[in-house]
Amino acid sequence: MVFLASLRQEDGQKKVKRFDIIEHTADVGITAYGANLKEAFANAAYAMFTLIADLENVREDVRRQIEVAAEDRESLLVSWLNELLYIFDVERTIFKRFEVTELGETSLKAEGYGELLDQSRHGLRGGLKAATYHMLKIEKNDGYSVRVIFDT
Amino acid sequence: MAHWDGPLNKIDDYRWEIPKSYKPGMRVPGLIYADEKMLEGIRQEQALEQVVNVAFLPGIVGYSLAMPDIHWGYGFPIGGVAATRVEDGVVSPGGVGYDINCGVRLLRTNLHEAEVRAKLEKLLTELFVNVPSGVGSTGKIKVGKKEMDDILTGGARWAVRRGFGTEDDLEATEEGGCLKGADPGKVSLKAKERGSPQSGTLGAGNHFLEVEVVEEIFEPDLARSMGIEDVGQVLLLIHTGSRGLGHQVCDDYVRMLRQASRKYNINLPDQELACAPVKSPEGQDYLAAMACAANYAWANRQCIAHWARECFVKVFGKSLPQIGLEMVYDVAHNIAKLESYEVNGKRLNLCIHRKGATRAFPPGHPDVPPKYRKIGQPVLIPGDMGRHSYLAVGTETAIKESFGSVCHGAGRVKSRHAARRSLTDAEVARELASRGILVKAASRGSLSEEASEAYKDIDKVVDICHKAGLCRKVVKARPIGVVKG
Repeated sequence: MVFLASLRQEDGQKKVKRFDIIEHTADVGITAYGANLKEAFANAAYAMFTLIADLENVREDVRRQIEVAAEDRESLLVSWLNELLYIFDVERTIFKRFEVTELGETSLKAEGYGELLDQSRHGLRGGLKAATYHMLKIEKNDGYSVRVIFDT
Repeated sequence: MAHWDGPLNKIDDYRWEIPKSYKPGMRVPGLIYADEKMLEGIRQEQALEQVVNVAFLPGIVGYSLAMPDIHWGYGFPIGGVAATRVEDGVVSPGGVGYDINCGVRLLRTNLHEAEVRAKLEKLLTELFVNVPSGVGSTGKIKVGKKEMDDILTGGARWAVRRGFGTEDDLEATEEGGCLKGADPGKVSLKAKERGSPQSGTLGAGNHFLEVEVVEEIFEPDLARSMGIEDVGQVLLLIHTGSRGLGHQVCDDYVRMLRQASRKYNINLPDQELACAPVKSPEGQDYLAAMACAANYAWANRQCIAHWARECFVKVFGKSLPQIGLEMVYDVAHNIAKLESYEVNGKRLNLCIHRKGATRAFPPGHPDVPPKYRKIGQPVLIPGDMGRHSYLAVGTETAIKESFGSVCHGAGRVKSRHAARRSLTDAEVARELASRGILVKAASRGSLSEEASEAYKDIDKVVDICHKAGLCRKVVKARPIGVVKG
C-alpha cells in the first residue's frame, strides 16, 4: 500500500507521471516516461529502486559515476538497469536519484545519488534478480517511454 | 491480460497438443500437461504463446513441453521443458533463467511434530539468525578469489571439503552436487564479485526454509527407502539458488547470445530466447559458465543445510545422529543438462532446458544414486507456504515423453503486486498462524507476495503429473514453520 501511495505522491509533485507498474504473473515490469530519453532512462532506474525499497528514507550521501556500453539502445537500457543491480549487490548502494548526463546509441554516462544499504531503515522489499529483454520497448511519443520486465 | 485462443487438441484427459500448423516457424508441436479445468486458467495469459515461441528454437526435438504449473515467464514459460540436439541445435540461457540452479533440498529427521512444535518459535528464530536471508543479505563465509574458483568447480563438494556436511549428502544430490564442465574463466569478474559476499545466503523472493510434517504416505515402501516412516515425522525443505552470481552469468550471456543469434542467423520471436548453437564457442562458453553457477547454488544449499543442522542440535539439545536431518535429495529446477534420449527410434544427445521443471529419472537409471536405483530418483515439489509439498519418484513415462522431467511447484496465478495489494503481510501471517503455521520473513511484502492465493493448488498440479504418469507420489507434507527471505 505504501507503494501505491508513493506513486500518487510523485504524480502530485511533478504533475508528470514518472512511471507505471506492469503486472506480470511471475514478475513485474515498469514503463517509465521522460520528456527526453535521458529522463526516461533515469525514471526507469528510479522506478526499479522503488520496487526494491522505500526511497523516502534513503539519503543522498553517495554520489556514484556510472558508465555503461552496449550493442544497441535497447541493450543499453537493460545493461544500465543491470549495472545498477550489480552495484547494489557489490557496493551495497541504494540509489534514489539519477542524472543521465550522456546518452548515445551504444553508451551512457550517469550519476547516481543514494546511500549505503541500511536494512533497519530502508524498508526493503523482495529483491529483483535482473532486467530482462522480454517485451523490451523504447518508444517515442510526446516524449519517450521505455518498458522493461524484471525477473523477480 | 489477453486470453490465449490458439488451438489445443485433446490427446487424453491430461495431455493437450498445440499443432505445429498453428504458426509458421514452429519446428515441433507443443504439449501441455493439464486437465480441462487447469487449462482454462492457463489460457488466461500468454504462457501458451511462449510454449509456441520455444518451438521455434533450432534443433528442438519432440515437443515444446509445458508442465501443469506453467505460467507466463520472460521468454520461456515457467514450467517449460525444451530438448535441443547437441549436434545441430541451440542452447538458450533464457531456457534456464536468471536464477541458475534454483532448486530444492529435502532433509528428514527422527523428530515428531509435538516435540518440534514445542520449540518451533525458538527453532525458526535460530534458523533466521544463522542462515542469512533477505534482500542485500551477506554470508558468514569469507571467500577469496581462489576459493571462489573452487566453489565454481567443486559445488557442494567444495562445501563438504570445508567441513559443511558429509559425503552422504553428495550422494543424495543431483550430479553429486558438482556439474562437470565448469570453467571459472568463463564467469565474469562482475559475477564473481556479486557471488563472493552472498555465499551461503538464502536470498529473497520465493526462497525459503520450511519445517514440514509428513501428512500422508502414499507408498510406504518407497518412503521407507527415503527415511520416511510415519505420519507426523518432521522434514526440512530448503529452496534457494545461485543468487547474484547466477543472475549476472545469465545477464552476461543473454547479452552475448543476442549477438550470436544474429551471427548465426537465428530468428526468434522473443529476444529473451537468444541462443547459439550448442557446439559453437558461444554456446560452449555459456554451458561452462552455467555449470559454475549451478555449482555455486549446490554449495549454497549445502552450507545452508549444515547451518540448519547446527540450529536443530542447539535448539533440541540432542546430537545430530539422534535428530537425523539426513538428506533425502537435492534437485535443480532451473538448469540445462546434456542427456541422451531415444527419439523416434534414434539415440540422440540432447541439451535439456528445464525452466521451472524437475528431473525425474526412473528406477534403474544410471544417473540415479545407488541407494535409490531400485525406486527411482526422488523428486521434490514444494507448494507455496500455506500448502502441501510433495515427495515423488521419477518414472519410465517421464523418460519416454518429457525428457525425464516433471513439474517444479505450484505455479503462480497472481502477480506479486496483485497479491500484495489484496493482502498485507500481517493478514497472511495471521491466516497462516490460524492453521498452525508460523512464519518469519526478512523482507517486507514477501509474505503477501507468496500467499497461497497467488498460486495454483499444488495438490491438483501434482495429481495431474501423477495421473499422466510423469512421477509417482510418495509422501505429502504440510508446513508448520517457514523462514522467508
